[in-house]
Amino acid sequence: MALDRSDVEKIAHLARLGLNDADIPRTTEALNSILGLIDQMQAVDTTGIEPLAHPLEASQRLRVDAVTEINHRDTYQAIAPAVQDGLYLVPKVLD
Amino acid sequence: MQWEVVIGLEIHTQLTTQSKIFSGSATTFGSEPNTQASLVDLGMPGTLPVLNKEAVQMAVKFGLAIDAEIGQHNVFARKNYFYPDLPKGYQISQMELPIVGKGHLDITLEDGTIKRIGVTRAHLEEDAGKSLHEDYSGMTGIDLNRAGTPLLEIVSEPDMRSAKEAVAYVKAMHALVRYLGICDGNMAEGSLRCDCNVSIRPKGQVEYGTRCEIKNVNSFRFIEKAINSEIQRQIDLIEDGGKVIQQTRLYDPNTNETRAMRSKEEANDYRYFPDPDLLPVIIEDAFLEQTRATLPELPPQKRERFQSQFGLSLYDASVLASSREQADFFEKVVSISGDAKLAANWVMVELGSLLNKQGVEIDESPVSAEQLGGMLLRIKDNTISGKIAKMVFEGMANGEGSADEIIDQRGLKQVTDSGAIESMLDDVLAANAEQVEQYRAADEAKRGKMFGFFVGQAMKASKGKANPGQVNELLKRKLEG
Amino acid sequence: MHQMTLAEIARGLADKKFSSEELTRTLLARIAQLDPQLNSFITVTEDLAITQAQAADARRAAGETGALLGAPLAHKDLFCTKGIRTSCASKMLDNFKAPYDATVVASLAAAGTVTLGKTNMDEFAMGSANESSHYGAVKNPWNLDHVPGGSSGGSAAAVAARLLPGATGTDTGGSIRQPAALTNLTGLKPTYGRVSRWGMIAYASSLDQAGPMARTAEDCALLLQGMAGFDVNDSTSIDEPVPDYSAGLNASLQGLRIGVPKEYFSAGLDPRIADLVMASVEALKKLGAVVKEISLPNLQHAIPAYYVIAPAEASSNLSRFDGVRFGYRCEDPKDLTDLYKRSRGEGFGPEVQRRIMVGAYALSAGYYDAYYLQAQKIRRLIKNDFMNAFAEVDVILGPTTPNPAWKIGAKNADPIAEYLEDFYTITANLAGLPGLSMPAGFADGLPVGVQLLAPYFQEGRLLNVAHQYQQVTDWHTRSPAGF
Repeated sequence: MALDRSDVEKIAHLARLGLNDADIPRTTEALNSILGLIDQMQAVDTTGIEPLAHPLEASQRLRVDAVTEINHRDTYQAIAPAVQDGLYLVPKVLD
Repeated sequence: MQWEVVIGLEIHTQLTTQSKIFSGSATTFGSEPNTQASLVDLGMPGTLPVLNKEAVQMAVKFGLAIDAEIGQHNVFARKNYFYPDLPKGYQISQMELPIVGKGHLDITLEDGTIKRIGVTRAHLEEDAGKSLHEDYSGMTGIDLNRAGTPLLEIVSEPDMRSAKEAVAYVKAMHALVRYLGICDGNMAEGSLRCDCNVSIRPKGQVEYGTRCEIKNVNSFRFIEKAINSEIQRQIDLIEDGGKVIQQTRLYDPNTNETRAMRSKEEANDYRYFPDPDLLPVIIEDAFLEQTRATLPELPPQKRERFQSQFGLSLYDASVLASSREQADFFEKVVSISGDAKLAANWVMVELGSLLNKQGVEIDESPVSAEQLGGMLLRIKDNTISGKIAKMVFEGMANGEGSADEIIDQRGLKQVTDSGAIESMLDDVLAANAEQVEQYRAADEAKRGKMFGFFVGQAMKASKGKANPGQVNELLKRKLEG
Repeated sequence: MHQMTLAEIARGLADKKFSSEELTRTLLARIAQLDPQLNSFITVTEDLAITQAQAADARRAAGETGALLGAPLAHKDLFCTKGIRTSCASKMLDNFKAPYDATVVASLAAAGTVTLGKTNMDEFAMGSANESSHYGAVKNPWNLDHVPGGSSGGSAAAVAARLLPGATGTDTGGSIRQPAALTNLTGLKPTYGRVSRWGMIAYASSLDQAGPMARTAEDCALLLQGMAGFDVNDSTSIDEPVPDYSAGLNASLQGLRIGVPKEYFSAGLDPRIADLVMASVEALKKLGAVVKEISLPNLQHAIPAYYVIAPAEASSNLSRFDGVRFGYRCEDPKDLTDLYKRSRGEGFGPEVQRRIMVGAYALSAGYYDAYYLQAQKIRRLIKNDFMNAFAEVDVILGPTTPNPAWKIGAKNADPIAEYLEDFYTITANLAGLPGLSMPAGFADGLPVGVQLLAPYFQEGRLLNVAHQYQQVTDWHTRSPAGF
């Protein structure tokens, strides 16, 4: 099931990637080539196999509930594209 | 058409941990913007989450309290979407394997009956930051202090059938998390927030109607109003031949209406998958038992004990048990005064209306449990009457001191010396000789009302201090005589 | 001086034959002179290097010792370095001065290493040729028309060209081992969880692992010693004791059981490489090893599974690059969606965008089971294959890559041509196993690597085998003409 232009536009929107119109055919072709490779997986019989998310199958370590961080706002915001009054600025958000 | 309302709720409770769920930042409310946003909270490249043990323990505590299955192998997943208050572009949450599975909570309805509401699941997740819409050079400001605050999202079954039931459920849940000490319940600060899923269906129909979700309602009153306005909207829509479309809506208290959220117009595809930066959380049996041992007595048990131990009615018992602070206050008053019914009455009625008037919670009550208990002792030993007690109570509320001090300073001690009462009554009767004549001439049926007049005059003359029982008895004798 | 290995430098510094500052100045001069041909550095941290070298010399003068005290190295440009550009070779992070140090960077600095700079790489570590860098392709010092491999291609080219003795790399599907093979280096990908990922900008979190790249196994042992260890900041870091890697190098290989998977010798393998692999087996036999044919029946499914899991995790990991808190932001965004789409569309290169889209698609509603879940199941099958194999053998040996370095641009037409070059390396990432590539000869003047894989936490065994092999061979000592 090859992707078409509108599929690629939908995926690009989901991933918030602005594609140039001119690039879409090439991108579509490349994605279809990759999906062709991936689809070879479908032939594998995995009935009864548990998915493996982490190679070592360890369990989560828990952190003691303690405040260990102090305010570094000025340092962290020195690398931000737009700030005012300690806030990060973005174009108007509607809710 | 008869409509049946179906309501399910998602309650987000901020857990009262010191630090965030995946970082060592403080969770204090109201700090300067972005001063509690660490590298992890900001989603800085290369940073990784480490899970807070206390958040896990609190979730387990909650699960045990609602008699739920505990997910002893639970998994964090990423919920992917773009929003400026979500720094990583995904929220760490739980999807397939939550920490708390199926449980239930009992609520007391207005008619005193108890209804069991199913809890589908409860899962741990991180809170998002806040968007501030005041004008910052025409832009929105983002504060990430709240980002990463631990949340327990409690999802109910669609078991509620009216806005009132929904409110009763939220109140019961509010009380429970406060009982457990896992959430401060401060709805104004957003510590407990509610999403309401509302649908309607013709009475008798088995299938559910299409539901709408009202996001982020933040007070008991608004929950009731928002649900009722949404029910009415859906009924009007369907009865006008329209169809309910599944959507996310916001409640506007100013217009008492819900409206569709613009930012949620497109259907989201959250692409959940297990967070590879976190490993499965394993809850060992020992941890479970250790947590169980820390559980306090919960509202249902407390309610039953209040009924059996103190002989309270189901209604009084459930009202008093509904909050931990109120129940503790009540029990302290009982332990001082030794009279549970009197204590229940004073805590629920007089204290209740005082708190209501002042708009404060019981833990900030201007009259302490010690003060109230001390006053009840004086009612019981006949030092003051119930009527005088209200004056004393007022005095305590005004900060005039203990009941004994107020009785003493204002000279409110009840007069029980029969000689003194008799001479006072003689004066009253002499001053009202005409009425005494009329009384004596009247028949039995009319005398009742007229007797009240003399009692009133007598109490007035004694400034309310004469013992009412004695006044009644002596007055009757004198009038007969 | 630039020909010295880390071990030789350690001895020279200990014997006060030269100072760290002298060495550092020599290498900085060499970088300035030669790197324009290679493009192996994104940032040269000259001032920092001199300061660190002087500090190391002072520490030594005060009586401190340590194999890495005063040792010069460079970090792949995806390790966060405080106050220094950490670009991931992306326009997205061209302006990003990390506000903190990665654990790897901090640990090595604490051991006294001197950071000469940040090395070039494939953008966000996505690539096997180092052609996807925003800062341009890296050239292979063995042949400047050829790729050095990727994604740690800058580290590989710099060490191979004797610009410095060692460097850090990261390996998600072969990104340490493959460029090591293509440039005649020794490179080690440790067990997943052995080295902290804190401060290492994530590509695919469940596969990423940092490791050393150097000219000898002995040097890799020294570097790994400075990198490995438990880190409370990384939930996937494993709290296992770290052995003394150098101490184990000289153990005998007598009786070592080497498994050679029959599936390795498939049609895609360059026969010249197959011959060199068999020659390395012969050399190890002479050292006392016994060789056994084994089977990894699910090997062929590794690439498809990897190209679901890695892009899926990447699509989520790279969502934080949104133009809000750091990194590239487009000019005059007209609304929020425009801010996201243009910042990301302009900030990420084409290969990164492709992988993000593949990952978003594989995780999206209706496809999750067929792609992501199926890939995770195959991942278990692959792990099981290894568990079965390691019941019979101590290490698994084979080629690191199916081909030697190819010409720059030769595989650009179709992305999957490059993906297939990861055939031998990817399985170690899926299973979380340690893997090492070592120089094993040349094919028409281009280096060829042999890969060794071992059970979990057996990095010491890999280093031991490679070191013993390097005692009886001299491939690793050869340097490219002109460098």
